[in-house]
Amino acid sequence: MNKDREILTGEHFMNGNFACAEGAIAAGCRFFAGYPITPSSEIAEHISVRFPEIGGLFVQMEDELASMCAILGASWGGLKSMTVTSGPGFSLMQENIGLGAMTETPCVVVNIQRGGPSTGLPTLVGQQDMMQARWGSHGDYEIIALCPSSPQELFDFTVKAFNLSEMYRVPVLVMGDEVVGHMSERVVIPPKEEIELLPRRKYAGPKEKYLPFKPDKDLVPRMVTAGEGYHIHITGLTHDEKGYPVLDAETQNKLVSRLVNKIRKNADKIIEIEEKNTEDAEVIVVSYGISARTSLRAIELAEEEGIKVGMLRLITVWPFPEKRIHQLASKVVGFVVPEINCGQIVYEVERCVRGKTKVTLVPHAGGHIHDPKDIFQAIRSILK
Amino acid sequence: MSVSSLGEKRMKYWRKPLDADKVKVPHGEVRIIKDRCKGCSFCVEYCPRDVLELSDEFNIKGYHPPYVKDEEACVNCGLCELVCPEFAIYNISEEELEEKDEQG
Amino acid sequence: MNEKHPMDYLLREDRIPHIWCPGCGIGSSVSCFIMALEESGLDLNKVVVVSGIGCTGRVAGYVKLDSFHTTHGRAIPFATGLALANPELKVVVYSGDGDLIAIGGNHFIHAARRNINMTVICVNNFNYAMTGGQAGPTTPLYAKASTTPYGCFEQPFNLVHLAAASGAVYVARWTALHLRRLTKSMVEAFQKKGFSFIEVISPCPTAYARRNRLGDGLAQMKFYHDNSIIRHGADPKEADIGFQTKIVVGKFIDVERPDYYTFLNEGLAKVMGGRK
Repeated sequence: MNKDREILTGEHFMNGNFACAEGAIAAGCRFFAGYPITPSSEIAEHISVRFPEIGGLFVQMEDELASMCAILGASWGGLKSMTVTSGPGFSLMQENIGLGAMTETPCVVVNIQRGGPSTGLPTLVGQQDMMQARWGSHGDYEIIALCPSSPQELFDFTVKAFNLSEMYRVPVLVMGDEVVGHMSERVVIPPKEEIELLPRRKYAGPKEKYLPFKPDKDLVPRMVTAGEGYHIHITGLTHDEKGYPVLDAETQNKLVSRLVNKIRKNADKIIEIEEKNTEDAEVIVVSYGISARTSLRAIELAEEEGIKVGMLRLITVWPFPEKRIHQLASKVVGFVVPEINCGQIVYEVERCVRGKTKVTLVPHAGGHIHDPKDIFQAIRSILK
Repeated sequence: MSVSSLGEKRMKYWRKPLDADKVKVPHGEVRIIKDRCKGCSFCVEYCPRDVLELSDEFNIKGYHPPYVKDEEACVNCGLCELVCPEFAIYNISEEELEEKDEQG
Repeated sequence: MNEKHPMDYLLREDRIPHIWCPGCGIGSSVSCFIMALEESGLDLNKVVVVSGIGCTGRVAGYVKLDSFHTTHGRAIPFATGLALANPELKVVVYSGDGDLIAIGGNHFIHAARRNINMTVICVNNFNYAMTGGQAGPTTPLYAKASTTPYGCFEQPFNLVHLAAASGAVYVARWTALHLRRLTKSMVEAFQKKGFSFIEVISPCPTAYARRNRLGDGLAQMKFYHDNSIIRHGADPKEADIGFQTKIVVGKFIDVERPDYYTFLNEGLAKVMGGRK
């Protein structure tokens, strides 16, 4: 085990997927279980090289279902754990993402999105799993999803994802895409002292009084690790504060409301957006991931024509920044939403706008990033 | 009653062993947690000493729990405790009983 | 009256009586499990039980150890994560035939192949009992189940053969009636490093036995009494279970092979130690 190799502080010219792997390592992740799937495999491959250097455990599981379960188990075994996948594997993981949400297990799932549906375009970009990230598993739950737009952000947001997952005891999704994952750019890895890591929220009181699902004020309960003598029972069935299954409407209401409110009531602390020139904008481009970068060129073209265009970039896609969108709706002529799909996040924008203003989707079925001119066209048209 | 005749009551010998008076056949007491029983009869069937039988009384769930038919015959083998799927029956050895008596 | 049973200290007594039917063998196997834990002298704070979904899957909810009731078929990968994250834990997977071998089949063979350090106790009652008695991968040929009302036309798995072929280092099969031998097998399995597998044939009076008119739990236990043959070291290939045929029980495999965690770390140390 080589402590010097833990955090590769410095400036790198690094591939996005590699940056994601380094982000996980910097965040303290020491368990990885995954299944190879293009275009995320480089993350797994890089981790398989790096983990043995620093005492982490890498295991390639037999499928994505096993991978998701293994990271849940490892989290309860005391290690920060992560898996990576793409569209088809993401579909397979849904049931157990639900188990993670129900058992409030901290872990990180990275989806380097590709063109779908089904096998689709394994090596080409898509942003078609955005709604699935929110609603993919059955039942009611809330999840946190981050959208990096660059290799640097793949590093930063992976660290952020681990922090959020420990803070809110929920699986956190990093919704990358093939372009961001496969591009190489300048990535600055800060020194260890400058990387803020949030610790696991562990219980430290008397053993007899421990209730595994009794929430703190912010609706998040305190966790323990298997093997510490607490004799916890963790189940996917609807359960009470002791963790025992209680199958009635009252317990369901109490538990599920808390799981949902845990994120909703803390949304203001979780949501992160990047705004540029939105205060007096006529049109605002709402985007995320690689499409946000493509939009920058479109915005440049619009500004050259004298249009006042702002940009609202979603760093957290889920929970969605409903309040801010609603606020801006009364100030602008319209929102332009470019995304590499046939319309997903645009519906959230429409919902929050509540008819107060125009919303135009700039779709793209996948396989390539947008032509900035198409986004520019949409900005022009919305003003007519 | 002498030790050897107690022993004869609990063990069926086909010839009397030479050290019959030195061999102590263990003895135990069967305790039944009646309200846990679901009347499956495993204990009744598999007790090697025929200590138990299903009673006619009903427990809280409407099952017939067993009762100790032949107190003297129990040799503390522990099979009833092990076979019961409901954790409704167990045995205590003579020694443990004596300890408990001493402790008052 | 709140009487205490000597095994209550390892049970979540606030949840007893459990949900298993009268005459079901799962409870007896859990008795043996608790006895085996006592006899093996394991640190009970380090024993973790992982179950899936089904009647046997409920075992996790009744034992007073760190226990995890996971999704259908996924007990083994969850347990793999636990075992590899903390190799000091004694991980026991306690689940049923449908959960472990049908939906969980893929995970089962891979965990055995890798020789992950865990003990898998599979209670085989030949159907999906909890959900009403549907046929499963171990339902014997021609047996009736709720989804095979005319009889089952699928050849079942021979679990001990499957486990042995996949690389398990300890493979045993007992019926729920072989209490003391089952307990002893469990003790041996706990002390074994690597993937150990114990199949427990159990009565299922409410589903399997009822549909096939096999009587109640006691009748099935009597059948096991009269029809099980103990053959230690037998070739697992020859231990098929047909409908109401002889059942070969015993310890089939007991070999040594380094478990995954140990093997991985030793291997990496060798390869990386040579590099500068």
